[in-house]
Amino acid sequence: MIRLSQINKSYLSGEGELHILRDVDLQVERGEFVSIMGSSGSGKSTLLNVLGILDSYDSGEYHLGGRLIKNLSEREAARYRNRFIGFVFQAFNLLSFKTAAENVALPLYYQGVPRKERDKRACAYLERVGLGSRATHLPSELSGGEKQRVAIARALITCPELILADEPTGALDTKTSYELMDLFQEVHRSGTTVVIVTHEPDIAERTERLIRMRDGRVAHESMQAAIERTPS
Amino acid sequence: MLDGLQEIAGILRRNQLRTWLTALSVAWGMFMLTLLLGAGRGLENGVAHEFRDQAVNTIWVSSGQVSMPYQGRGVGRDVFFQNGDLEAIAAMVPGIDQISAHFYLWGEFQVRVGEKHSAFDIRGVHPGFRAIERTDMKRGRYLNERDVAEKRKVAVIGSAVREALFGERDAIGQRIEIRGLSYVVIGEFTDAGGEGELRKIYIPISTTQAVYGDPRRIHNVAFTLSSLDLEQSRVTAEAARRIVAKRHGVSPQDMRAVRANNDLEEFRRVTEVFSWIAVFVWVVGIGTLLAGLVGVGNIMLIAVAERTREIGIRKSLGATPFSIVSMILVEATIITALSGYLGLVAGVGVVEFVAREAGDLPFLREPRVDLSVALGAAVLLIVAGALAGLFPATRAAKVDPIVALREGG
Repeated sequence: MIRLSQINKSYLSGEGELHILRDVDLQVERGEFVSIMGSSGSGKSTLLNVLGILDSYDSGEYHLGGRLIKNLSEREAARYRNRFIGFVFQAFNLLSFKTAAENVALPLYYQGVPRKERDKRACAYLERVGLGSRATHLPSELSGGEKQRVAIARALITCPELILADEPTGALDTKTSYELMDLFQEVHRSGTTVVIVTHEPDIAERTERLIRMRDGRVAHESMQAAIERTPS
Repeated sequence: MLDGLQEIAGILRRNQLRTWLTALSVAWGMFMLTLLLGAGRGLENGVAHEFRDQAVNTIWVSSGQVSMPYQGRGVGRDVFFQNGDLEAIAAMVPGIDQISAHFYLWGEFQVRVGEKHSAFDIRGVHPGFRAIERTDMKRGRYLNERDVAEKRKVAVIGSAVREALFGERDAIGQRIEIRGLSYVVIGEFTDAGGEGELRKIYIPISTTQAVYGDPRRIHNVAFTLSSLDLEQSRVTAEAARRIVAKRHGVSPQDMRAVRANNDLEEFRRVTEVFSWIAVFVWVVGIGTLLAGLVGVGNIMLIAVAERTREIGIRKSLGATPFSIVSMILVEATIITALSGYLGLVAGVGVVEFVAREAGDLPFLREPRVDLSVALGAAVLLIVAGALAGLFPATRAAKVDPIVALREGG
């Protein structure tokens, strides 16, 4: 699914060149449930941006679903993001003036799906994340957990091959976090590849595979049995 | 497309106050532009109106007192024109269209029909004077060459004269009495020049000369040219003046002995002033509109800055740069087009209202906004709206989703 080989990425900053990613090699198979951990500055966010085609890289190769992702035009990048990747952010990043259903439907707008079809599918996905009754609510009327569920529904609506989540539980309390992880596991079981960036070990524990980043390198990889639904 | 518009309608609704204020500045600009254009048009009509009762290219040659010694003769002598002056001008000045002499009966004359009498302005003229004064015949005919040749006692009267002496009756063929002499009314005219013109009576110049003065005496000569060229009319006026000056033995430089007034010169001067006013009107109007448009650009720029995060989210969800650019552009265009349209309608409304209620002021008549001008302004507005959105839109397209999404929390 994801194949990174010898990815390098550096920024120019005031103190000179900042080498963020150093020769990163990484493979994620289709349907895997992976977490990336690391302290801040370890390069995990940059890695996620590269994976999400939000950022470019200097050297190496990145294959997503067999396609080489390199030197894409903005338009192609937008299209790939739209078709193949679903994002979930720590800050939810819902549009505050749109209802839950409209937020969920937004990626389909950029695919040119007709409005009626969009609305229908948005409702179906809200149903799937357990928010069927909240379709017409604005984000400000939803709790944090609910917002993140809306964001997950939005990420899922295009049936992407890859879900990228950047600290998805960072703004939520433990109980809600676990409920959300249950939802991610469900998504994973349905066959979607899920990659989560987190700094919370208990969240990382709930994924199948853990990748630790340190100083821009993959420091450690470990397979772990995904913990099945914990009674809370 | 419709989808895109709905998307934008949602955004405009979200920022109602800002949207309205921006729209107001554009509407105001457009309102002022239409108002100014309407006023400019009114001024133009007013000028045309002021000059419409007489030919604009008439040259008047008239006499005065000798003010320069010439060929051994002193100053102070009065110059008297005669039939020969008219004939000389007619024969020697090229390009003349219509020509007529004037014989004024000084003061107003009592004109009598039966028991009714009233004072009117009476003038002896040639048939050519009809074209010079742009007299419209309402009934009957104007003077002709035979009237002049035979010194007929016929009269052409203004509508006001007919009203005063005959009431609603038709005056053609009736007799009127001027200073004890009886004239047959052969025609009745109207004139755009107003009430004063309508109180005039024209009789053959030969008749006035024979009855009220010297058979050869005329007071002045008026003629029109077939060309409207200003330079040529200046040359012609001077040529006519010199011909007459020579005949009377006065210096060609003596502007007080023989004068030539060129109506075209005055007309051109006035129209030139008004064409500058028209330019000024456009400049001010466009300037006001431009201020509104800069406002739109400014507001859109702020909007883009405010919406960096939103744009970042949209991009992460797959919005192409083009879709972002078109979103901002269409938004700017919609604001300008709608508010500009409102301003246009309001402006046209005010202009029409003024035109109906204020009536005719001197030099301001029938202010109106031409459809073509209005359409032109509307097109200009839409283009300008798009231009105003262009810079903010390109800025929006450059929003980096990573940075945008990191902002705030």
